This record gives sequence, C-alpha cells and structure tokens, in this order.
Amino acid sequence: MASLDDLKKRIASVKSTQKITKAMKMVAAAKLRRAQESAEKGRPYSEKMNNVILNLSNGISDKENAPKLLSGTGQEKTHLCVVMTSDRGLCGGFNSNIIKKAKSYFVKILDEGKELKIITVGSKGNDQLKRVYGDKIIENISFKESKNANYFDADKVGKMAIEKFEAGEFDVCTIFYNQFKNVITQIPQAQQIIPLNNEGEENSSEESYEFEPDEDEILSNLLPKNISTQIFKAMLENSASEQGSRMSAMDNATRNAGEMVDKLTIEYNRSRQAAITKELIEIISGAESL
Amino acid sequence: MSEEFKVEIVNPEKSFLVKDDVSEVVVPAFEGEMGILKDHISIISFLKPGIIKILSKSGDENYYVEDGIVEFKNNNLSILTSTIFNLADMDKSKQQDLLKQAEEEANKTDINDQSKYLADQKVEVLKTLN
Repeated sequence: MASLDDLKKRIASVKSTQKITKAMKMVAAAKLRRAQESAEKGRPYSEKMNNVILNLSNGISDKENAPKLLSGTGQEKTHLCVVMTSDRGLCGGFNSNIIKKAKSYFVKILDEGKELKIITVGSKGNDQLKRVYGDKIIENISFKESKNANYFDADKVGKMAIEKFEAGEFDVCTIFYNQFKNVITQIPQAQQIIPLNNEGEENSSEESYEFEPDEDEILSNLLPKNISTQIFKAMLENSASEQGSRMSAMDNATRNAGEMVDKLTIEYNRSRQAAITKELIEIISGAESL
Repeated sequence: MSEEFKVEIVNPEKSFLVKDDVSEVVVPAFEGEMGILKDHISIISFLKPGIIKILSKSGDENYYVEDGIVEFKNNNLSILTSTIFNLADMDKSKQQDLLKQAEEEANKTDINDQSKYLADQKVEVLKTLN
C-alpha cells in the first residue's frame, strides 16, 4: 500500500488537474455561446445563397454549357478533400471524428483507383493525417492567429480551391467538418462543393426570374462566392462544435477527477486510521507485558 | 393597399438589416442603378460598388456596398453582400481608409479588366462621398 505521504501528494495533484479542467470548461462554455451565436447568425446568408443558386440553376436554359463549377468537369478522376479540424487539442473526439469520417472516404476513393489530394485546415488534422496520407497532403492551412472564424479566411481557402480547380488539378471537391447539433452531439459531415450538389431540387418554385445581366454571367460570379460561403459556414459550425466538444470533454474530466479525489481520500483516511490503530495496539500490548 | 415591401440585408456574419416598411430601394446593379418598387417582377442581379438607398416611412437610409447579389421575389428583397457600411456610421477616416485601399487596388497592373473596373468604381463612389 502506498504510504500516507504518497497518497497526500496524489490527492493534491489530482485536485490541481481538476482545477485546470474546470477552468477550461468554463472558458469553453463562454466561447461556445459566442460561437453558437455566430453560427446561427451565419445561417441565413448561406441559406439565401443556396436558394438563389437553386433558382438560377433551374432557370438556366443551356445545361450543356453551364459553368464547370456547377456541372463538373465531366469526369471524376481526382478528388480534393478539404479536412477542417481545430488548431487545439483537448476537445474530446472532435478531431478524431472528422478524421475517421475522412479516412473512410479516402479508403473508398483509393479503392476505386482514383487520385486523392488533401488540404488540411487546422493543425490537428494535419498531425493526424500526415502519418498515413502525408504524400497526399498538398496544402496545410492554419488560422491560429485569427481568434474567431471570419469570412476573410474562408474566402482565402475558397479562392485557393477555385484556382486549383481552374488549373485542372482536381474534378471533385469535398469538405469535411463537424456540424453542430448540440453541446453533446456533433455530426461529422462530408459535403461536396464542387461540382455543386443540388439536393432537394424538387421544391423549386415555378416562378421565372428576370436576370440582369444574363444567367451565365451571374452564375459564374455567384458560384465562386458560394464556395467561400459554404466553407465559411463549415468553419462556423466547426468552431461551435469544437467548443461544445471541449466543454463536454472537460466536464467529464472534472467529474472523473472528483471521483478520483474521493476514492483517494477514503484510502488516505483508512490507512491513517490503520496506522493509529497499529500504534495503539503496540502501546497497549507493550503496557500489558509490563 | 399599402405600397410597402420587405427588405433584408444579410452578410456572412449575420443578418444585417430587416425592414418591412420600405417604399423604394435603389441598388447599384451591375448594369446601372435600379430602383425597386412594390410588385417589381422577380429578378436576380448582382451589385457593383455603390450606394444602396432605402426609402421608408421610418426614414431614409444609405449604405455603401462593395459587392453583392440582389434577389427580389414576392415582394421580398434580399440583398447578400460581404462588405456593407451604414453611411451614417461611417466617419471621414473610415472613408479615407477604404478609398486608399481601393486606389491601391485600382493601380495594380496585374489584375484583369473586370477587377480593374470594379476597383475604379469603388474609387469613384468613395470620392463622391467626401
């Protein structure tokens, strides 16, 4: 059995760990509120943008000559995957969940004999992926300097993707991020952004629009913007998820530390009593023998 | 019957402005200024740098935008933009900053005609504000 002194030290150490995790939980909770707010505020923009594009692509007359960002290059040989993770650790399964989702997608792509290129956003994703897919990672972006997700950063990623697309470096682009559902649930998502995947096309309106200038020009202006917008949305969702995930992870850690302190305290008290009892017995038996 | 309709301006960060007592909106559309009244035909267009004027019962408002998309449908006007400033909140130094940025951009030689045109537009609009 560990000595009394050792137990005392362990209790102190677990207690200080508990303090740290508790503080981290508080910070994450405060940040979460802000991140969640901005994620919710950012939704109207991406939704509206999607709507406009939906209406536009339905109204387009000449589907053959539609911009490539919408209709694709006609082949699916090279896949670009943008894996969005956090820059910091200690946030539970947040990063591993995205990576797991991404990896299963990678395996599928490679099994089909297609080419794979990866862009990682956030250093944690890069750390986890470079061991196995190091040669596939073509770019690693990290926004450690910017405190909150902002549109400017998203635009940078978007522009880079478009540049590569126009240079013919890939045919299909998918982004991986965690969608924020609530504090304990974040759902890893794979969203295809190039070519645009129109889900739920059926609910389009019958109404026809007037376009000024013509559809093609509007579309070719709008599509790059839409990509940045989708990436921005993913960044917002991600940052809310990260804080949520960290909060519940730290909450768990605090609780576990508390349990451990209780257990160790009981053990400490027991051994203290045992030592006293032992001493008493020694004294009494010493006195009796006289 | 009232002659009012609803306008909503959203930027990527948040819903910037919602008003439902608007009588007329003038937007700097790509092919010239466009005034929108109630029961305008459904239209999608995009913006060049300029001033959005919103005329409503509760007072007129002016906004400076650098880009964006307008969609008008069923008497709902949506304006999506990434850069927007309320002229009332914009002081001289902010204007000068923007003007300087725009001028720098316009003087670049390695940009294509379209971005050159847009940058020139920015400079022009910002100059008229001063």
